[in-house]
Amino acid sequence: MLTDITLGQYFPGNSFLHHLDPRAKIIGTMMFIVAIFFADSLLAYSIVTAFVVLNFIISRLPAKLILKSLRPLWIIIVFTMGVHIFTTPGDVVWQYGILHVTREGIYQGSRMTGRLIYLIVFSSLLTYTTSPIVLTDGIEHLLNPFRRIGVPAHELAMMMTIALRFIPTLLEETDRIMKAQTARGANFTSGSLWQRGKNMIPLLVPLFVSAFRRADDLATAMEARCYRGGEGRTRMNELSYTYRDGIAMTAVLLVTVVLATLRWLV
Amino acid sequence: MSIRLEQVMYTYGMGTPFEKTALNETNIEIHEGEFIGIIGHTGSGKSTFVQLLNGLLHPTQGTVTVDGIDVGLKTKAAMDMRHKVGMVFQYPEYQLFEETIARDIAFGPRNFGLSEAEIDERVREAMDFVGLDYQTYAERSPFRLSGGQMRRVAIAGVIAIHPEYLILDEPSAGLDPAGRREIFSGIQRWHEEKNITVILVSHNMEDISRMAGRLIVLSQGDIILDGEPLDIFSTQQETLRSAGVAVPPVTEVLQYLQARGFHLNDRVHTMDEAISSLYHCLRGMPHAH
Repeated sequence: MLTDITLGQYFPGNSFLHHLDPRAKIIGTMMFIVAIFFADSLLAYSIVTAFVVLNFIISRLPAKLILKSLRPLWIIIVFTMGVHIFTTPGDVVWQYGILHVTREGIYQGSRMTGRLIYLIVFSSLLTYTTSPIVLTDGIEHLLNPFRRIGVPAHELAMMMTIALRFIPTLLEETDRIMKAQTARGANFTSGSLWQRGKNMIPLLVPLFVSAFRRADDLATAMEARCYRGGEGRTRMNELSYTYRDGIAMTAVLLVTVVLATLRWLV
Repeated sequence: MSIRLEQVMYTYGMGTPFEKTALNETNIEIHEGEFIGIIGHTGSGKSTFVQLLNGLLHPTQGTVTVDGIDVGLKTKAAMDMRHKVGMVFQYPEYQLFEETIARDIAFGPRNFGLSEAEIDERVREAMDFVGLDYQTYAERSPFRLSGGQMRRVAIAGVIAIHPEYLILDEPSAGLDPAGRREIFSGIQRWHEEKNITVILVSHNMEDISRMAGRLIVLSQGDIILDGEPLDIFSTQQETLRSAGVAVPPVTEVLQYLQARGFHLNDRVHTMDEAISSLYHCLRGMPHAH
């Protein structure tokens, strides 16, 4: 039922990528995403492909996860392809009424969709190999320098952590209330839209009541332990860079430099 | 007329890295009119087991039938079966949602299509069952009650369905002794008068030995013991201990005395019976120690 939904996309594992520092992973991912847009030639695309495939192999994730990460965005991918194929002027290779496909269109379309696919696949590698809590930790650290210009880094991270912490709890609660009301004959799956909306009341009212109760309890518990924000706060698990992060960053940097060179200097 | 589980197995998160089997292959039959106690350590599969009984969970493997109807099917008969099996969850007070107590209790009967007159009748009866005065409470908001009273309203909401099988998951957790007695005496009275089947999940061994006629002990997803509670308490202490549960305190005291050489009967349901067992033992001795 509802509790079967796995939180985020995290896929536990023990690979090189799983053990990287989240900060290195976030920066590396962003850098490579920029580098993808440098790719222009066939050689450059091959390098990008090789790098993405290599990373997937290192991560030891099941191959079907690649498809899973693309599924929610396939409409955008198909749309991008279509727009480029049908609207780029050039050598007409196929025509039907006002629709015409050009050689340049096919070329341009595959380039753009290629970039899009690599972008999605590579960034989902980040969420597949990093647990949400660790990811939040990384984001907090990376946002820290921006505190001077008023970005509440710690507060943002704390809110994200709390939200993530309570998603499974609330899902469990929803599941439980749903079952309890189902046992009393409630029906959540059939009827008209209006009827179904009305049927949600026995689920939503108790859920909100318990969410507010939990929020209140949590606030009390945090205050009782003298929580007063991020000022001067130390952590139990300090993030630290290791030789692994050095290797990974060097690899990404290398690929980026090579792609930039291919684009502008060759 | 019975609930039958045939080769039933249940696994959470099938096909994900979080896959966990909560109930191993199980065959069991629950007969009409039984009062069954279910005990087991936290995580032993109790909650999974009881949720399989009325189709709230569908077994990963095997079939569950209630009075011969497969609850896994999506037919009308399987849906109607739902009101034969009433389920009181742990902390049921968190499922209240209506504006008045009477309307909340009426939710079940209304869903099963009863007439307004019948519904009103059921609400009055259910409120009487849990000891809430209709005149005083019917029109109040359930959210203004104390925790114990909310619990009673929630139980009344299930009782109002008139289930033939009543499943209660830790109904007395967090209640004061008076509230516990009241709820249990009501359940026992219903069990005797209407011959309904009661399945009680509890950590409280005293409640189980006092009321249940059959005891099922779960451990790590397996039914390890199934039989008459007093038999199990007096012969299977080791198995019980290894499953992380204990015999009732009264029985434990009597068994301790037995081991010290007192010849007394440890097959008692209540404190009163224990006292009389001790009394008879001491009376029977030629001279006191």
